[in-house]
Order: sequence, then C-alpha cells, then structure tokens
Amino acid sequence: MVEEARAWALEVEDLTVAYGDRPVLWDIDLQVPSGVKLGIVGPNGAGKSTLVKAAMGLIPTVAGEVRLFGRPRAAAHGVIAYVPQRATLAWDFPTDVLDVVTMGTYGRLGWVRRAGPSERRQAEEAIAQVGMSGFARRPIAELSGGQQQRVLLARALVQDAPINILDEPFQGVDAPTERAIAEVLDALARAGKTIIVVHHDLQTVPEYFDSVLLLNVRVIAAGPVAEVFTEDNLRLTFGGRVGVLAARAAVEG
Amino acid sequence: MDLLDDYTLRLVAAGSAVLGATSGVLGSFAYLRRQSLLGDAVSHAALPGIALAFLLTGSKLPLVIMIGAAVAGWLATLAMRLVVARSRVPFDSALGMFLAGFFGLGMVLLSILQKRPSAAQAGLESYLFGQAASLLRRDVVTMAVLAAVAVAALVVLWKEFKVLSFDADFAASLGLPVRRLDGLLTLLLVVAIVIGLQTVGVVLMSAMIVAPAAAARQWSRRLTPMVATAAAIGVLAGVAGSLASSLTPRLPTGPTIVLILSATVALSLAVAPGRGLVWRALRLGRLRRAPEQEPVLMHLYALSLQHREDPEHGHREAVLRTMSPPGADVRGALERLVQQGLARRTEPGLWAPTAVGRREAERVLERESEERR
Amino acid sequence: MSPGLEIVLIAVTTAVAAALPGSYLVLRRSAMVSDAISHAILPGIVLAFFLTRDLNSPFLLVAAAASGVLAVVLIEALRRSHLVPEDAAIGLVFPALFSIGVILISRYAANVHLDTDSVLLGELAFAPFDRLLVRGHDLGPRALWTMGVILALNLAAIAVAWKELKLATVDPSLAALLGFPPAALHYGLMAMVSITAVGAFDAVGSILVVALMIAPPATAYLLADRLAPMLWLAAAAAALSAVLGFAAAILADVSIAGAMAVASCAVFGAAFAFAPRRGLVAQARQRSAQRLELALRMLLVHLLHHQETEIEREECRLAGLHRHLRWSEARTRQVIREAEERRLVARSGELVLATGDGRRLAEAAVTEG
Repeated sequence: MVEEARAWALEVEDLTVAYGDRPVLWDIDLQVPSGVKLGIVGPNGAGKSTLVKAAMGLIPTVAGEVRLFGRPRAAAHGVIAYVPQRATLAWDFPTDVLDVVTMGTYGRLGWVRRAGPSERRQAEEAIAQVGMSGFARRPIAELSGGQQQRVLLARALVQDAPINILDEPFQGVDAPTERAIAEVLDALARAGKTIIVVHHDLQTVPEYFDSVLLLNVRVIAAGPVAEVFTEDNLRLTFGGRVGVLAARAAVEG
Repeated sequence: MDLLDDYTLRLVAAGSAVLGATSGVLGSFAYLRRQSLLGDAVSHAALPGIALAFLLTGSKLPLVIMIGAAVAGWLATLAMRLVVARSRVPFDSALGMFLAGFFGLGMVLLSILQKRPSAAQAGLESYLFGQAASLLRRDVVTMAVLAAVAVAALVVLWKEFKVLSFDADFAASLGLPVRRLDGLLTLLLVVAIVIGLQTVGVVLMSAMIVAPAAAARQWSRRLTPMVATAAAIGVLAGVAGSLASSLTPRLPTGPTIVLILSATVALSLAVAPGRGLVWRALRLGRLRRAPEQEPVLMHLYALSLQHREDPEHGHREAVLRTMSPPGADVRGALERLVQQGLARRTEPGLWAPTAVGRREAERVLERESEERR
Repeated sequence: MSPGLEIVLIAVTTAVAAALPGSYLVLRRSAMVSDAISHAILPGIVLAFFLTRDLNSPFLLVAAAASGVLAVVLIEALRRSHLVPEDAAIGLVFPALFSIGVILISRYAANVHLDTDSVLLGELAFAPFDRLLVRGHDLGPRALWTMGVILALNLAAIAVAWKELKLATVDPSLAALLGFPPAALHYGLMAMVSITAVGAFDAVGSILVVALMIAPPATAYLLADRLAPMLWLAAAAAALSAVLGFAAAILADVSIAGAMAVASCAVFGAAFAFAPRRGLVAQARQRSAQRLELALRMLLVHLLHHQETEIEREECRLAGLHRHLRWSEARTRQVIREAEERRLVARSGELVLATGDGRRLAEAAVTEG
C-alpha cells in the first residue's frame, strides 16, 4: 500500500518515437508526481504533442514503457482525460455542445450502453463549470474558437479522470476563455488531479504551472518551475531564439 | 395480370425502400467522415466480384452475388489503404485508379461470360445501371436481412461510431479500438452498397451514398435527425425512382433514382432553413435594400476580427458611430441587423455580429473581391 | 496497316494523351475530377447528337467538353458555398449529369449507334472501321486522327504554359502572388482534361479514361522526383499499359478497354512493389538497415543519457540493457556487437559505455531530429 501511494501519476521510461527513419522523441525518461500542474514546453517540432500521444498509446512507439500510477498503461482504464488540439477536429459535425460534452462519459459507460439522464446532468454541470450554460443546445459549428476550447475542456471534466492531458488549450483563445481555462485547471489541481499541458507561451509558464518539462526531441530538463525554468535551460531547449523572448519578457516585466 | 403487376410493384417498392434506408443511414457516416467518394470506388469495384461469383458458382442466388460483390469491394478498400499507407500516392488517386482497374476487370470477366453458349448469365449486365423490375422475392429477402444486420450493428455501436467519426484521437484515448471500429464501419458501408447494386447499378450507386446524406445535412443540426432524414430521403427517392422506372418502358432505374435525389439535394441546398442559398440571397437582398445596414455589419465584422477568438465579444455603439459617416442611423441599422439574426446585443450599448452575420460579411467581401476582378 | 496495329496505335495515342493532363491532376490531389468529367461529358454528347444527328460532327466534341467544364464549375460552386464538403461536391455533380445522359440515350436514342455499353467501354475494336476520308482518300482511322490532334494540343498547351502550370500545381498561393491567375490555369487544365476525355471516350469509354488519366501518372509519381521526368515516365507507363492490355485482350479474347484498365493498374502494381527507392521491396530493405541504425543510435543516446549519472550502474549495465531498451536479449546482443565493431561503444567491466565516436553520433542524432 505504501508502494502504491508513492507511485508516480505518469511514468515514462526510455520512450523513443520515430516517423519513418526520423526520430522525433529520443529516449525520454519522465516521472510526473501526482497532483502537479506540468507544462510541456519546447520549440516547434520538439515532439510535445507526440510525447503526450505516445504516452497515451495513440501512436506507435519504437521503444519505451509507460506506467500510470504504477500500473502498465494497458491495465489502467479511465485514468486519463485527453483534450486534443482544437484545430484537429471536424467542427462542422452535426452535433451540439451537450452531446460533445456527454462523450466524456462514454469511457465509464462501456460498450453499447447509452448515456442517460444522469450522464446528461454531469455534462450540464461541466458545461456550467466552463461558463457555457445556455449554450448546451448550440450546434458546435456556431461556436467561436474560445467556446470550442471550453467545450473540449468540459468534456474532459466529465471524465473525472485523475490525469488530465491537454494539448495546446491556450492556443489562439480569447482572454476570457484563457482565464476560464486557467481557473478550471486550478480547480482540478485543488481536487488533487494531475494536469499535463502542452504549452507554447513561455511568458505564462510560471503563472499557470508548478512544474515544467523542457523538451526538444529529448528531455532537456524537468522539475519544479522555480528550479528548472531558467534562462540557461531555455537556451538549451530553444537554441539562440530564446534570447529574444527573455529580453522581451524582461522589458515587459 | 393486374395482380401480378401489383405484386411485382410491391416487391420493387419494398426492395428500394430497404436499400434507400440503408444507404441513407450508412452514407451519412461516410459523408461526415469525408469518404463520399469511397462509395463510388467500392460500387465500381464490386463488378468483378459479381461476375466472378457467377463464373465460379454458376449461381445467380442473391446471397452468392452479394458476397462476391462485397468481397471485391472490400478488397478494393484494402488495396487503397495499402497504397496510401505505403507510398506517396494520394488517397484520391488510389481511389480513382482502383475504381477504374477493378471495373475494367469486371468488364473483362463479363466479356468472358458473354461468350458462353448458355443464356444463364443474361441479366448480369443489368448490374451496370440497375434494374428494379428484375427484383425477385428472394432478392428482396436477402437485401432486407443484410440491411437489418448492418443497421443493427450501427445502432448497437452508435455512440462508438459517433465519437470515432467526430474525434478519433479522443476515441482512442478512451481505449476504444479505433482501427477495428474504422474497419467495421467501412465494412458496413460496403454492405450498404452491395444491397443496392442490383437495383441502382454499380455506376451510380455512389449517389445513393452521398446524396441523401448531403440533403439531410442541410436540414439537421444533430446526428440522429440527420441519419433519420437521410434514411427517409433514401426511401422516398428509391421507391419513387424504381416504381417510375418499372412502369415506364426504357427508363433505367439507377439514373431515375439519381435524378430524383439530385433534385432533392438541389432543393435542400436552396431552401434549407438558416443555411440554404435562398435564405442567404434574401438576407443579402435585405442588406442591399437597406444601404446603411451593410456598412455597419462590415464594421462590426472588422471589429470582431480583432477579437478573432471570441468573435461574439461586444463592441461599443460609440465606436461604430465614429466608423460611420456623420448622421448615419447606426442604432437603427444595428436593431435591424438584430432582427435579421445578423447581430446581437451582448450588453446594453454593446453589440456583436452573430455567426450568421460573420458569414454574411465574409460573403460580402468575397463578392466585392470578385467584382473587382 | 493491319486493323490490329491500328488499334494499338489508337490505344497508345489515347493513353499518352490522357497521361499528360492526368499527371497534373494526380499532383494537384484532384484525380477524382477525371472521374467526374469523364462521366459528365455524356449529356453534352447526347444533346449535341440530337441537334446534329451526326455522331462524327465536331460539334459533339465541343458540346461534350463544355459539359465537362460545366461539371467543374458546378463542383467549384458547391465547394465555395461551404454547404457540402469538397469530396461530396464531386460525388453529387457527376452522377446527376451522367444520369441525364443515360436516360436521354435509353429513352430517345436506343436504336442508334449510341448505347450505354459503348458509353462505359467504348468501341476500340471497331475503331479501325471508321475511316477518315478526304476526297475519297483513306487517311486512316478517324480515332487515330482525333487522338493525335488532342495529343498535340496537350503537348502544345503544356509547352506554352509549362512554368505557370508547374507553379500553380506545386504552390498555388505563390502562383497567385506572382500574378498568374489560378482560376484561369485551373479551368485551362480542366478544359484540357475535358477535351481529352471526350476524344478518348469514343474510343475507350468513360471508365478507361479514368484509368488512363490516373494510373500511369501515379506510377510515374513513384519513380520520378521532378515534373519533366514524371511526365515522360507517365507517357511511357501509359503506352506500356495500352500495349500490354491490348496483347492480353487479344490472347484471352476479352474486352480490350477492360484489359487496358487492368493493365494500367498492373503496371502501377509493379512500380509499387519494385520501384527503386519507393517500392515495397526497397522500403523493406531500407527499413531493416534503418532499424539497425536507429537501434544503434537509441543505444548510444541511452548510454550517453545515463553515463556519469548516479544511476549509471543500473542503466548502462550490459545485463540490464535489454530491459531498459525494451528489446529482446538477442536483438540487444546483436546491436551491441555491431556497435562494438564500429567502435561506438566499449565494455568497462559489466558496463557498456559510449566511446568518443559514439558520443558524437548520439549528439548528432539528438540535435538533427
């Protein structure tokens, strides 16, 4: 039991992913403690989305092992709630907000069983939590980008999973949505959930996350933001380009 | 004689209803998954299967022919997948190539059959353009059984297929076997196509897959109503077309059904509430009749572009007034825009374009840029 | 000339003429437009025939090409309405136009030379009987002249608009930026496809047009890296398909057009399996070599990663490496042997450690990704 309690939420060992002969992730070792808010940061093509997808088994890997709370991934069902990148979805699909959010209950329902009133109630609560009450019956084609992102977040909330993986949730959303997402992530963290976010905006890393993983094909550094999110590490991750960012941050800060 | 005709017609109607419903239902999924043209390839590719099934067994039993057709159609989808996965040939090229190649093979096999002395193969040509009047009781029974199995499978796995079609990555993250589900959904599509081949023909069966779904999409905002509408359209067009063709000499069934369906699609595109072309034209016409309205909508749209990610962000009336010529009735224009569903008051004094309004503004811009050209 | 030779000549001319515009369709990811056009020309042919009552009237060609272009215009309009997805737009337009043609034929033209079988399959076997006679002189089969002229037109169009077509195919937005009108090029290409389809339609039918427009260019796409060689190879693959198909059809006494469609796919299949760099065989060979390279680099990256850390003893121990790399023990031994032979790793007691060369390779592997 003691062993169980000390297990990492997500443990990745020696993970390597290649597209054809081009390696995109090299020998990744990563241990994510339970209850952290982890931002995954790195330049374009660093393999950020690939890492989370490989960790969930959505894409084939060349090597590596993934454990969730100490158990092999195949044996851990319903542990991860996943929010894919908004732009990869077919938003002209004929469905509405409530229906999309209800999809979050499908994992619990299992095969064949349909969503009933109690599932719909859970979905409505999640919709309220992301500030979209009144939009439940709105077709998703008529939503703005920020609203779409909130719908996906609500779907993850409904899953009520111990680990939440979000791919670029802050990408191109408006300020109110950004605040709404940040608040929901805070609430999840307070409830003891583990949060893993692929993130592109260096400026907001210290504000949104307590841990950070700097990734560029391999792990450059990982750990608490205060220790790891240093200019030296950033330069290692981004090469020369980070100098500009740091300078701008200094001016604006 | 009358009695016999009546019986034949009832049989034709029943068969067409079955195939119309099945292709409407499964076609909806193909349409939403951007696989509309897959139906075209599968139906053409079924021809060698039909010919080969007859060549090997000498039987025209519907189940034998349909199994042959399904196997050939399924093989074609596998060949396309292989080529797309293992080479840089794009999907649509693979589609067209195997469509034509399999069909060519079917023609080769038919030309072998035609040289045989026996007349037993007569009627296989009707698989090209379909012949509803050739439907026998055993054909209709086989069609109905296959259709029931396919639709039942779809109903049982409804929510799995829905989440697969909308967001396959999310489906995989739930632990669903997405590759197997994808293969099963394609197989069900193959079954739906095979059911219709005798009535509609291999050449035009693709329209049975695309058209009911395309028409239904214009009228529905959710999946279940869309699928139900597509099934209804498929049934009506199928029954009407095959009855007309059975009652009129030299009127091939497949093309008749396709023309009825095409008219239905055209009508749906024109008048479907909210998104139809007539509605758009009406809105544009109203804008043209009220000249001060269009500039205000365009200003609202321009402002919304600055809040690209929350286009429903409200903008001050005062800002809009500074953008308009002095003395313009900005308030009146805004209120009329609201009446037309093009704009909305988010808070007192704050206005935002609706999704419809933004689309309208984009269309105005498009029209203007075309006029400049 | 014997009828057989004439048929081969017509088939080869048709195949090459179709492969040229087809190459651009394949590259532009709009191959299925050839399917749409080859079906959509039917109502044009039928209506023009009703007007002229002459199957040899050049007016038929014009009307058919016009209805092919009409199909493209309709597809484009549907696509731009954003009411249906692009693939569905194609799938909606051509069955409608084709159905009009088929119904007109079977209702009003059932007794003339135009019938639905020849629409799909053409009449290649009879083509030599239709001669082009000028003042009583026999100049050869009419179809050969028609397709020869169309081939020449296609060659001329490609030669004249070479640069523009290439740019509009490779990078449409850049072409538009540089001031080449994309719409004009698009419709120009579509007109070329329509005219070719109309000419070929009479000889080989609508389905074979599709096979000849897509399969040879797709074959060439597996073999060539640049546009000009791709066009030559597409023409060669087309000619080969035509000859092979004809030979097979004569030997087995089956439908010539059908056999040519099958042959064009078979030629593609051969390239798909055996193309020098992109074929399945070459891919398999490359993959096993790459897998070893990747394994070597994985081993080195792993060692480099853990060397000189406190868990070195665990992560770099020979006996445990296969567990960390998730390989079989045999595979691990094989990779380490290869690495030792290339002097990328060296044993140090029970540890395996990267040498200087190995270190450099691992660093290069990580940074180039």
